[in-house]
Amino acid sequence: MTVSHAHTHLADAVPSQEVRFTLNGAPQKLSVRPFRRLLDVLRTDLDLPGTKEGCGEGECGACSVLIDGEPINACLVPVIQCEGTTIVTVEGLAGHDALHPVQQAFMQHGGAQCGICTPGMVVTAAWMRDQKLGPEAIREKLAGNICRCTGYSAIVNSVAAALGTPDGTPDSTPDGAAPGGSDA
Amino acid sequence: MPDGNALSPDHRVGRSVPRPDARSKVTGELRYIDDQPFSGLYGATVRTRSARGRVTGLRFVDGTDQGVDWREFAVVTANDIPRHSKLDGVDPNLVALIARDQPYLVRDEFRHVGEPVALLAHPDPEILRRAVDLVEVQTEPLPAVLDYRVPPTPGQVQHGDDSASGTASAPSDDANVFSRIVVSKGAADESRDAFRAVFESAAHVVEGVYETPAQEQCYIEPNGMIARVEVHDDDREGALWPTNPWKVVIEGSMQCPYYVHKAITHLLQLPDDKVQIIQAPTGGGFGGKEDYPSIIAGHAALLALKTRQTVKIIYDRVEDLAATTKRHPSHTRVCAALDADGKLLAIDMDVTLDGGAYVTLSPVVLSRGAIHAVGPYNIDHVRVHNRAVLSNTPPHGAFRGFGAPQTVFAFERHLDRCADALGLDPVALRRRNLIQRGETLAISQRIDEPIAIEAWMDEALTDIDYTGKRAAYAAFNADAQASGSPLRRGVGVAVFMHGAGFTGSGEDYLASEVMVRAHARGGIEICTANTEIGQGSITVFTQIAADALGLPMDLVSVAKPDTDHVPNSGPTVASRTSMVVGHLVARACDDLVARLAANGTLTDDDRRSADELETADRVSALSDAKGKQYRPDRLQAALRCAASDEAGATEGWATYQRPPGGAWDDKAYKGIAYGTYAWATYCAAVEVDLTTFETRILDFVAGQEIGRVLNPLLAEGQIQGGVVQAMGWALLEDTIYVDGHVKNPNMTNYVVPTFADVPDVKVLFQESPYAYGPWGAKGIGELPMDGPAPAICNAISHAIGVQVDTIPATPERVMRAVLAAERSQEATS
Ligand code: FES
Ligand code: FES
Repeated sequence: MTVSHAHTHLADAVPSQEVRFTLNGAPQKLSVRPFRRLLDVLRTDLDLPGTKEGCGEGECGACSVLIDGEPINACLVPVIQCEGTTIVTVEGLAGHDALHPVQQAFMQHGGAQCGICTPGMVVTAAWMRDQKLGPEAIREKLAGNICRCTGYSAIVNSVAAALGTPDGTPDSTPDGAAPGGSDA
Repeated sequence: MPDGNALSPDHRVGRSVPRPDARSKVTGELRYIDDQPFSGLYGATVRTRSARGRVTGLRFVDGTDQGVDWREFAVVTANDIPRHSKLDGVDPNLVALIARDQPYLVRDEFRHVGEPVALLAHPDPEILRRAVDLVEVQTEPLPAVLDYRVPPTPGQVQHGDDSASGTASAPSDDANVFSRIVVSKGAADESRDAFRAVFESAAHVVEGVYETPAQEQCYIEPNGMIARVEVHDDDREGALWPTNPWKVVIEGSMQCPYYVHKAITHLLQLPDDKVQIIQAPTGGGFGGKEDYPSIIAGHAALLALKTRQTVKIIYDRVEDLAATTKRHPSHTRVCAALDADGKLLAIDMDVTLDGGAYVTLSPVVLSRGAIHAVGPYNIDHVRVHNRAVLSNTPPHGAFRGFGAPQTVFAFERHLDRCADALGLDPVALRRRNLIQRGETLAISQRIDEPIAIEAWMDEALTDIDYTGKRAAYAAFNADAQASGSPLRRGVGVAVFMHGAGFTGSGEDYLASEVMVRAHARGGIEICTANTEIGQGSITVFTQIAADALGLPMDLVSVAKPDTDHVPNSGPTVASRTSMVVGHLVARACDDLVARLAANGTLTDDDRRSADELETADRVSALSDAKGKQYRPDRLQAALRCAASDEAGATEGWATYQRPPGGAWDDKAYKGIAYGTYAWATYCAAVEVDLTTFETRILDFVAGQEIGRVLNPLLAEGQIQGGVVQAMGWALLEDTIYVDGHVKNPNMTNYVVPTFADVPDVKVLFQESPYAYGPWGAKGIGELPMDGPAPAICNAISHAIGVQVDTIPATPERVMRAVLAAERSQEATS
């Protein structure tokens, strides 16, 4: 698929260049100004608005994507740097008919409240799972992803549940279990 | 459940049912405002760059080299807005809120850095960004108030005093005071002398001063709005102000669609049905999207009118942090009179909130702070004097807790100072003073509900092992001192309450309405204006309606908040959504069933037999789950039939009805301020490093009585989220104003807690159902913001033996407090 830059009328000193990468499993070829942020190219040109912008300066992690398997803040990456890489966004995590185990766990354990940090969280958590990291690493490895709603505990529980579970079989906390201790 | 009022196993309320909106959030499919397909113009705001002055002109600097061609831009200034509304004579340029003093666009005088002066629109967002910096706002300076704690000079007076005109020689006490509230009780009601006498005869008088900073809500989704206009063909070109009826449709990130609706109808002078406001999925609010979205919506609408095109305004983080509302900074003096045993005889408090440049919501923030100031204690003589004053910063506004966290911080911190002065354990001092059933709060509201605050407090204390930790930490600190280790540990407590819903007669004035509508699948759609902003309102409304009707949850849907399609059920603020609006949802379901029965769609044959009916199926004292009296298959059939019958009763309605009981007296500031309160005890254990002066929170227990827990997983998450926001306020978050400029308007320098900064927050619930909430539920949204800061600072003070009275308790502040204490010790020894 070829997607051209939406704002070609823009007077800009730097001409567009061709950039190729693999995005969510499919090859991409774009003609873009090289220093545009990957975040904008994903959200605007490629119609993948699942990746969010919370701060635009590498502090909040809402824009986390995987580039060659590593979690990266897409707001800090000029698109030209993605030449030849493999990129996975939140839209590319789930399989055809099943959610990613991390996504399942977030649904089950209250990991998403307003949801705006959630794509970045699940992308980073999916990386933790790929790396086979244990639950003790969660608070450190996710410290670049900020959530203002949950106070983090429910996200820690979600990620812990997803780490170490085999693909396609998320852990099964029965609906109705009351972590708040209020069930008689 | 402690009260034995258990729910039957087929109930959805009381269970951690998953969020219907979770899937679209974890997949990234949910479209927030900036994610929606869009074609049109981008809008941006040109702002003032000094604290106070007059705008004398705008200069559009040549920007050809940066691709900025001014001929391509649409520009709106205050000159585009008429000075008098044809509807009510008021200047449409003033935001319709409490006082109508804040302009959408500066006409002449401006009062803070970042005040909107002009709006630009352009098809390219990047060129637009450059253009904003090329507009020079020419100004003449005026004297600004840069420290709200200092009384104004005549030239600085901008509100509430004749010296504003420059004639009086010295400003009066009311100069720059937006609002003043006095709470008084006992001797303070009698006379100044009588009140003073209580202090003069007391065994102990303890005084302290406490300060809190401006806190940014820091929702992770910045503000954004898209406005479009529907125009008549013959009106495509022409003046900004329409002669024919137009329709303006605005969608965006917000908490309160009808607040925006009220603001926009006034700004554009349009009848109610010509303005449609739609809430887009909203990435957090916390109060920050209560009033400011009206201004952004107004700006987008003005540009859309001027250009006849769809206009999108999305703030970036810097603009959002620099220009929008924050929690009011506060300065509070507390003076306590105690007897020899630690019984509180009298409290005298002076609270000053920094309102910023315009009145906005300050009077109501001040009110909630005043009412919560003295907490859940029985004290005979009380005077709390509260003022919200002007300063030349962006207006401070709504943020979770709404004034209460500031006064609770001062008061709960002060109780520990009193305990220290008397040589008592802080918990022992609280025990001596906690309110019991039948006693009265500072506002003279008698607590008639069955409360057991001391027992609830003990549960939290046991959970954190308060007594054990006091002893263990004393030993730990003694060892550390002996061995030269810099680490000190402490444990601290805060006991407090939070009233849910609007204060006093506020809910009567709101007169909220909810509608439920039968739909063709044999279920219902819930129509309210209350917004899902992460707190879980969609889930909780669905649970409530499903249980009120005895139907499965998947037969209940929740309508998008859209002022063309949902009634005004009031704003999503004040911990009112589950308790007040949720109750209306249940009552609207009753009404729908009653109508179906009245018009014969449901008959007695459709009823369940008596032995199928469960006991204890009342929703509340005002609602009895009428739908559950019918067989579910029959009810579904009736709903299907009603949905298809155009003439039939397909809607059920409910309007707010005040619970019985006393009234609120706004003049005396006495009476029933809130129908009910949630009660809480929060405990923190900390470790302070006396080399770096950093504080680490080791343990945190949040215990609260909140009526019925409607959804344990959601409730727990909401409490944990609030606690961590408050941990940020206590230790990290500070808006730094220099000459009225926010010096840290980005997430690099305005630091909120990360995963690594906080421990797991343990949440305990006690349930003492409230007769007028759905299945006994009370509001909980704001409660968790009140207690953590005092609990943490009490723990720090316990750890280091030095009172920490100003937050955030950053390493610098803790160091200064320790050094000051050392100096004063040297001076006295
Ligand atoms: S938007 Fe990229 S880190 Fe915040
Ligand atoms: S869920 Fe709202 S920011 Fe994380």
